[in-house]
Amino acid sequence: MATQSRTELLAAYRTMATMRAFEERMHIEFAGGGVPGFVHLYAGQEASAAGVCANLTDHDVLLNTHRAHGPAIARGADIFAVAKEIYCRGEGLCRGRGGSAHLHDTKNGLWAANSGVGSGVALGCGAALAARTRGTGGIAVALVGDGAVNQGVVSEGLNLASIWKLPLVVVVENNGYGEATAAGYAIAGGGIARRAEAFDMPGVQVDGSDYFAVFEAAAAAAERARRGKGPSLIEVEVTRFFGHFEGDAQTYRSRDEAERARRERDCLANFRRTVVAEGILDAGELDLVDTDVADLIDRVYAEAEAAPYPPDDELMEFIYADSL
Amino acid sequence: MPRMRMNQAITAAIRDEMAEDDTVVVLGEDVAAAGGVFKTSVGLLDEFGPNRVRDTPISEMAILGAAVGAATTGLRPVAEIMFVEFFGVCLDQLVTQAAKLHYLTAGAVTVPMVARASVGAGRGFGATHSQTCETWFTATPGLKIVSVWDAAGAYGLLRSAIRDDNPVVFLEPKCAYGNRGDMVRGEEGILPLGEAAVLRSGDEVTLLSLGQMVPVALAAAQMLEAEGISAEVVDLRTLRPWDRETVLTSVARTRRAVIVEENPASGGWGHEPASVIGAELFGELLAPVHRVTTPDVPVPFSRELELNYLPTPEYVTSQVTSLCNTARSPHPWWEEPS
Repeated sequence: MATQSRTELLAAYRTMATMRAFEERMHIEFAGGGVPGFVHLYAGQEASAAGVCANLTDHDVLLNTHRAHGPAIARGADIFAVAKEIYCRGEGLCRGRGGSAHLHDTKNGLWAANSGVGSGVALGCGAALAARTRGTGGIAVALVGDGAVNQGVVSEGLNLASIWKLPLVVVVENNGYGEATAAGYAIAGGGIARRAEAFDMPGVQVDGSDYFAVFEAAAAAAERARRGKGPSLIEVEVTRFFGHFEGDAQTYRSRDEAERARRERDCLANFRRTVVAEGILDAGELDLVDTDVADLIDRVYAEAEAAPYPPDDELMEFIYADSL
Repeated sequence: MPRMRMNQAITAAIRDEMAEDDTVVVLGEDVAAAGGVFKTSVGLLDEFGPNRVRDTPISEMAILGAAVGAATTGLRPVAEIMFVEFFGVCLDQLVTQAAKLHYLTAGAVTVPMVARASVGAGRGFGATHSQTCETWFTATPGLKIVSVWDAAGAYGLLRSAIRDDNPVVFLEPKCAYGNRGDMVRGEEGILPLGEAAVLRSGDEVTLLSLGQMVPVALAAAQMLEAEGISAEVVDLRTLRPWDRETVLTSVARTRRAVIVEENPASGGWGHEPASVIGAELFGELLAPVHRVTTPDVPVPFSRELELNYLPTPEYVTSQVTSLCNTARSPHPWWEEPS
């Protein structure tokens, strides 16, 4: 059972409920044509980011994936700025330069996704090296998906992290599909977690519908990294409730797969059932959180939709760190 | 004034920056214990220790990826990619990550890193280890690109590159590593990025060049003088951002421009300055902007073929003479006139 306090658990529920509500609403708004560009929704995977991020401080660096909204919220990024970024607004987290997939927030230790999907592991090596060299006490967490693990850069990064004993935790969210291709088809060797053994680091597989399992695995890996014992790999088994991207016809999976996951593998419902059954939190206070969150999400979307776009005269900004 | 070989000057530049700033770290294949395959990091491991000078496995994606991660979190990595061709396995980390993160984060992070690599033909390294590949990088806003050829330039520009808060690709012709030259060590020897150097003054034609074609252009200018043609030689030094002002000022005066490049004619780095010179000075030019390049062929292994592949001072001289005498672009040696 988790070692978190009642207050921390209530906060974890709030974080997950916020992620869920944010994405459910995003799904509706996207379908209505109000969301520009391209979005990948995190609904169904909330316990992964929440369980991992509950073990991190502001000194730690989380290298995000392109399925970025949930982990950004879990890392404590301003949800209003997150929404505005997705809506391309000038007050967005990255002033409209990053978009849905590249949410970045230095002060909360949230690093923008790298688009090549597996590179977070290599970048994480560098962030871990910098933390150790500079003595910040921080660690790096590279969040990647199952689709990334067959990229060479992941193997290179795992190897480098191991030989240099870097304070790095690699979290692989296995949602069963690399875009539209099944993980079972694409991944050789009997599973992702097993690959850790080849690099001489602990590798565990946890149920991503179980917040407590994720939290405990992440706690152990973070602790190991902080103690200078080197990197670890955690494979979190999750199910995404929506497609790879919004608009994905999902012809590669059965129609009822996501519905069944909502019934049987919903991390929020599981969390609620556990904490209520164990008498840690009561249903009433969780309901209150849900109400609060619903109100927050209404305000977040209303504000994002009304926010101004970046001014045209800012087009040439942020290309170089100093003026040329 | 000390004299150094270019590889010693590179080592000295890294060493001096490491001594001044303890966030500067070095990583790459064989850079620590072996001192670099081209001896560009000799002694750094002994002086600064294994935490700051790190051998890596043959893992270019991890090298550049780690450099990007470290650069965005407080270090100044100097990463070595042994041959420029090996950027082919890690362009993602350079072009899509290093060059984009400052922009994507609206300036919240900087990426102060240098990615050094050997370039160029002339040493019998064959088709896969002898290219210059500048144009792999030139179309990427966010990157800076430097190419050097002598000790003073390598020292001065590398120190600036390490101090720069942007990702810098630093290209070093492998044939030039042994070049001995006068140099100024210390703060006074530092040369700014983005500024071209006029190495020789002349009135009738500007030879614009970069990397190991600069000494070829200088030698050609000497030969041209004997033929009564006064040539100015400009070393561009930095390809992105490139120094338009110096180039346009020179060509506005000489009214002829010849770009001497070590890369295939199609898609070489000279297209960009050629296009700008043509657009800016169209009515004032006495001849078309001309490019002297290598042929559109992989770099040959055989020494005889390789020597023919590279522009020589004699060839540059004949091309420039023809241009000045006819006001038409001469055909390259490998093309029959139609």
